[in-house]
Formats: sequence, structure tokens, C-alpha cells
Amino acid sequence: MKLTRRGLLMASSAALTTFAIGTPVFAQKIDELVIAYNVNLPSWDPTVGLSAVNPTIQGLYQSVFDLYIPQNPDLSFGSGLITDFGWNDDQTQIWMDVREGVTWHNGDAFTAEDVAWSLRRAANPESGNPIQFIWGKIENITAEGNRVTADVKEYEPTFFKWMSFLTGYVLPKKYYEKVGADGFEAAPIGTGPYMVEKFERNAFVRLKANENYWGGAPEFKTVTIKFVTDATSRVAELESGNSHVTLEIPYEEYDRLRALEGINGTAQPISDIGMIFLNDIEAMTDPNVRKAAAHAIDKQLIIDRLLSGYGVAIDTLQTPDYAAYDDSISVEYSPEKAMQYLAASGYGPDNPVKFTIQTTKGFKPKDYEMVQAIVGLWRKVGIEAEIEVYEIAKHYELRATDTLAPAAFYNWGNSVGDPTTSTGFAMFGPSPHSVWDGQDTFDAILPLWGEKDEAKRIAGWKEVDRHIAAEAEVIPLLQYVQPILHVSGVNITPHRSGALLPHLMTRN
Amino acid sequence: MPLLRTVLLRLIGTAITLFGVAVIVFVVIRVVPGNPIAMMLPPGATEADIARLEALYGFDKSIFEQFVIWLTGVVQGDFGTSISARQPVSHLVLNRLPATLELSMLALTIAVLAGGSMALLGTLYRDSKTEGLIDVTAGMALSIPDFLWGLVLILIFGVLWPVFHISGRISPSLNIDFTTNFYLIEALVRLRFDVVGDLIAHMFMPALALGIPLAAIISQLLKQSLKETMHLDYVTLARSKGYSERNVILREALPNAILPTLTLVGVQFTFLIGGTVIIERLFSYEGLGNMAIDAVINRDLPLIQGIVILFALLFTLINLAVDMLYTVLNPRLRHA
Repeated sequence: MKLTRRGLLMASSAALTTFAIGTPVFAQKIDELVIAYNVNLPSWDPTVGLSAVNPTIQGLYQSVFDLYIPQNPDLSFGSGLITDFGWNDDQTQIWMDVREGVTWHNGDAFTAEDVAWSLRRAANPESGNPIQFIWGKIENITAEGNRVTADVKEYEPTFFKWMSFLTGYVLPKKYYEKVGADGFEAAPIGTGPYMVEKFERNAFVRLKANENYWGGAPEFKTVTIKFVTDATSRVAELESGNSHVTLEIPYEEYDRLRALEGINGTAQPISDIGMIFLNDIEAMTDPNVRKAAAHAIDKQLIIDRLLSGYGVAIDTLQTPDYAAYDDSISVEYSPEKAMQYLAASGYGPDNPVKFTIQTTKGFKPKDYEMVQAIVGLWRKVGIEAEIEVYEIAKHYELRATDTLAPAAFYNWGNSVGDPTTSTGFAMFGPSPHSVWDGQDTFDAILPLWGEKDEAKRIAGWKEVDRHIAAEAEVIPLLQYVQPILHVSGVNITPHRSGALLPHLMTRN
Repeated sequence: MPLLRTVLLRLIGTAITLFGVAVIVFVVIRVVPGNPIAMMLPPGATEADIARLEALYGFDKSIFEQFVIWLTGVVQGDFGTSISARQPVSHLVLNRLPATLELSMLALTIAVLAGGSMALLGTLYRDSKTEGLIDVTAGMALSIPDFLWGLVLILIFGVLWPVFHISGRISPSLNIDFTTNFYLIEALVRLRFDVVGDLIAHMFMPALALGIPLAAIISQLLKQSLKETMHLDYVTLARSKGYSERNVILREALPNAILPTLTLVGVQFTFLIGGTVIIERLFSYEGLGNMAIDAVINRDLPLIQGIVILFALLFTLINLAVDMLYTVLNPRLRHA
């Protein structure tokens, strides 16, 4: 038996806890909320650089800064700094009404010019905003009164949705221009529910409640977010009573800890999915092999056995929360069908088709184990896949250069739930996030990018998903469930985006 | 003069070593798959967008050109800008270095005290059950890697009997206005014992996890050296003069027996600093090692280069210091 750190911790932790002499007082009144967070925060500017496109730290940003348009916990779009927005009749202009009476953390008044400046900065290719390809689709951005208008260079149906997504934050024009990028990094301010009081890189951020927050002052006046990147240490943080809330821990630990007195848990599906990219090279150019690979996977079994039941099986790249979800599209688990498809191409258990499947190990819960299980299921029908473990950085590079292995496990986040940001970018050949080059899919997707009729656009994406499922051009696996543990003195409102937001926490 | 010449020669050697390390790390991290531009590529990026991002971060040039630009900056004290933190690399690493050095020094202190005590006890009670117990303890300590010691300590002192902090370097609620990042040293100098206590409560477990294996090594080697020395003529002479066994060990045997241990401690100290990478991560300690892991995950090439160069500089300087100390302490080398 191989001894792993996680295995050792789980076994020892369970044993030691059983014999624990004293347990921390979980239910005592909480003055300062302490959260053991799973990732570090490298940089404070949420609109530029590597951090800006890191979905795992958006919850930290949203505690300090406001998105142009916020998302409610169920992913519906709310009213925020921008209270109302829309297109003109011929969709050549956009307009946005800006909330009045809002102040920045330093007391300056928030104005429409802040929104206009933030958009101009984001649209500037030299700013380093990774989503400039969206923001750059408008120009002549002007502010008048509390209204911001802009001309549309190229129609982008998801433009306003991006205002709730990566880099969609409003920054303070006057303050930023005064202190510069370095000054802002050292002392960031926003309009968000919390103000940065103290920040130690790789260690913690201490937040102070913004009593003037336009959405109402948060209940916890001081919040410390410790960056505890090791899952075992996060478990210990909560178990010892050093932290009140933690997230992203192994499901087995989640079940064990929430059974303890004084610790509660919430586990809800979030907008992240697990999937297998199929690159149309080698064996994957054969539709029979792809279809066999898709039909041979018992997704529910994997969820039940490996993820303790925490996951939702999916058959397209849309989760039930997404705009283009269509429950009539399904890919059944059928080893018989898989064998028939393989037999049609001359393969079978005695003459297996061979290819490589790449996966991360430990980047997402049970990623490697899931791929191991899938390889086992494939073997039964006549697919011999060799597992290659790689780091996530290598995945990005291989994907961008279209050199992924024929199959590659990955997780995809899409908190705005639009089909362009799931099926679109994952399956449209020219996208650096796609490795599928099939002409049929390219032709089906191309007209949808600029489709102005929303109903027609969504229906179009559903048809694309139907085609992709029928041809098995990608293998969607599951929608992830996010485990959050907290002491009983805290109430948590989980957010479907996966962002852990302290201003949605209250005392119990 | 010979000592000065030796130091100068070693410093020249150090510079050459650092240059070699710089070349290797610069080339290797650019050759291995996974580049930072691919990690920040937006889904709708065109070839032009990719080219723009590459140019923005200087990756559009050949490796040789990039190296020359980087080296020119390094000579002027500019190690580039971190891609992920968007801060000067020199600022980031120098901010974190004190945390790692203090942790390493505390670990070394624990190792020397624990290992030295075990060696002295083992020598004093040689060929007895006590020595056997010490050998078994040292064997156990050595056979378990530091990160496993870390987990065991977290379970014992973090969860079961929560007396120490599991993560971080200092309590976020503690307000300190220190001028350096050597918090422990500065707190001692300023007589801020509240801060000292808080720092120790955070540093003890990671330092102990790092120090336990080294303590075992020190214990075994020093005990062996002491036992060999105990048979030498001058030790016998000391005994015949009526010295107690404890005084014989401490006053006569130890000064000679300690030399090989000192060399080993120097070498092992560099390994101990290397071990901080995992331990700092486990305990979320805000040192260079923790930062190094993030830098690798994010493929933050300038930051990786800066950290590796700093580690290499530390290692060579420690080795140089140990060699010099050895020369000073060893009469045969001193008078050679």
C-alpha cells in the first residue's frame, strides 16, 4: 500500500480526533472572522496580468472591488455599480446607468467617469488586460451625468455578461492616476464591501468592513483571510478552531468534519466542470473511437465512488445553470454501444485502440483517480489509454499550440453561464483554448458569435451542443460541487460561481 | 594573507558558480513545457494578441537576447518584474528572505541543541541502554522526512493539543511597525516579547519539522567523533589528571570532535534551507520557499530566476563561511 500525505493525514487525523482530550469551542461568539483560503493572492489589480484571469481568486477581488454588474448567488445578474444597461435599437451603441451616492474606500465619490475610465483602460491593448479582446469591441466611451455610453466597434452579444466576469471590475480613476500601478498595488481601494487593512503576500489579508457600502455594511467587521494552500493544513485550521471557514477540501474530510459537533458544511454545485478534451489527431479522427470512448464512461459511478456523490453528471459543456443547457441532449453510458462502435472500426478487447490521455494530478479533486477509473472502463471495451501526468501550465501551453494528446482531462469554469464561454471557446478551432479543428463544428459556431437575436443565438448553441454530443467531439464529465466547512457560529451563502464571499456570511 | 587570498579565490569561484546557475536556470525554465503567456491567454486571443503579450513580457526575443537583457539588469541590481505579482523581483525576494533565514536559523538551533545533547548523552552513557535509546530515536528521526514530521506536529500540536499556530508567520491582528523583515531578531532587540512569543508560536512547528532530521544527523556524527576521540592519548591524560568524565568530554574531546560535525552542519544547513520549500508550503509560512512554489505553478520565470539565484548565493556563502570557520578552528589548517 502506498502511503500518501493525504492518506496519512486522513487516517491519523481520524484516529487522533477520536482520542482528542479537548475540542475547540466552535460555537463561541466570533468577533473577527477567519477564513482559511485555498490559494494565494499574487496581485491586487484585478484587471491586468495573470491574476486577472485566475478564477480561484475572484472571491477575494469581489470582497474589495465591485464588478460593473454583480452576480447573485444563483448566477442571475443583479444591480450594482451599473444599475441599468442596454443597447440602442440598431445595436451600434451601448449605454449604462451608474449608481449614485457610492464612495470609494478613501472617501472619494464614485462617478460615471470611473466606469468610463475603467472601460477605456481595459480596452487599451497596452494595459495588459487579458480580456481586452472583449473590451476592445467598444470605443468612444464617454460619461455624462450618471450615464456612460460607447460606440460598438464590433457587436459582441456577451459584452454585458463579461461585465460580471474576469477583469470586469471598476477601479478608481482619480486614485489610480495619483498613486500609479505600484501605489495601487501597495494600497488598493475599491467600492466593495471590505477595505484592505493589512496584506502580507503568501500569508494573509486582513479586511475591514466598508460601513458605507452601497449594498449594506457587512456583518463581520473584521475578516482575516489566511492563504493556506495545503488542504491538510486547512482541515487542521478548522478542526483546531484557528479558522472559522474553509473550502476546497477532500470530500471524505468534508463528510468526516461536518459530522463533528460545532462544524457545519455546505456542498453545492458550482459553475466549474470536469471534461476530457479530444484532439482530432491520431485515433480521435475516427468517430467510432470517440463515440466508444464517450459511451464507455459511467459518470455517475465515478461521482459516487470517487467523489462521494458530490458532482452532477453532464453530457454537454453546459451545466443546468447555464443559458444554453438542454436536458434533451444526452450521451448514455452503454459499454455495449461502445463495443459496437469499436468493432465497426476493427477494435475490441483483444485488439484495443491505443492513445494517450493527459491529466493533472491533484489540481482538481480526484482528477488523476478519475482518469484512472476512466481508463479502467475503457479497457473493458477495447480502449487502451496510457496516462500521462502533466502540470496545469503544460496543459495551457499544449492547448494553445494545439498539441494536446488525443485525450486530455481539464476543468472549465464559466460563471457567467453563456455558451460562448463554454462550448464556444472550448470547441471553436481558432480559439487558443480549443484543440478541436472539425469543419462542421467551426461552420456551426461561426455565425453564432455575432448573432443579435438572443433566442436564436441560444437555440443555435444548443444545436451545436447536440452535434458535438452526437459526434463525441468532447467528453463532458461532471459539474463540480464545492465543499465549504464552517463553524456553527457562521452562516454561509454559497455562490454558484465558486467565489467565497465574506460579505455574504452572517453570525448564526 | 593566505586566508585573504583563499577568501578572494572563493569569492571569484562563487561568482562563476552563480553565473553557471543563472545560465542553467534561465535556459531550463524556458525549455520545459508551460509558459506564462499560455496561462494568461484569453479564449478569444488571436495570433496578434499572443504576439502582443509575448512582446509585453519580452518573450518575443531569442533566449540568448532575453538572457543578455536579464543579466544586464541583474548586474545593475534589477532582477526584472514578477509576472504574477507585478512587483520587482528583488523587492519580493528580499522581503521574504528574512522569514526563511529566521526559520532556518531556528531550525538549525533546535537541531544543534537537540542533536548535540543527544550526542553528549550518548557518549557519556556509551555502551548502555541510554545510548541504544538515543540511537533508535535518531534512526527514527532520520528515517521520517521533514514534511511527514510537519504533518505529525500539526496533528499533535495543532489539532489534538492546539498550542501552536498551524499557519502563517505572525498573527494578523498583531500590529508591528518594524523597520526590517527580520521580525524575530528585531522583536528581541526591541524587547517586544509579545511579538517574540507570537512568532515562536508560529515558527516552532515548521522549525522543529525541519530540525528533527538534522538533529539526528548531528547526533550520530558527533557521537561517533566523540567516541573515537575518547580513545586518544590526550583524553587518557586528562582522565589521569582526575577530570570527571563529563569534563573530559566537554573540555578535551568536544573541541576536536566537533570539526567534522561543523563541516557537515554547514552542508546540511543548505539542505535545510532547501527543505523550507515544502515545509513553508505546509505551514503557509510566508518565506521564499512558499513563494517559489507559487512562482513555479504560475510559471513566473523572472521570480523563479530570482529565487534560484538567491538560494544559490546563500548556499555558496554558507559553504564559504563554513570553510573559513573550519580553517580558523582547525590549528593544522590555520598554521599551514
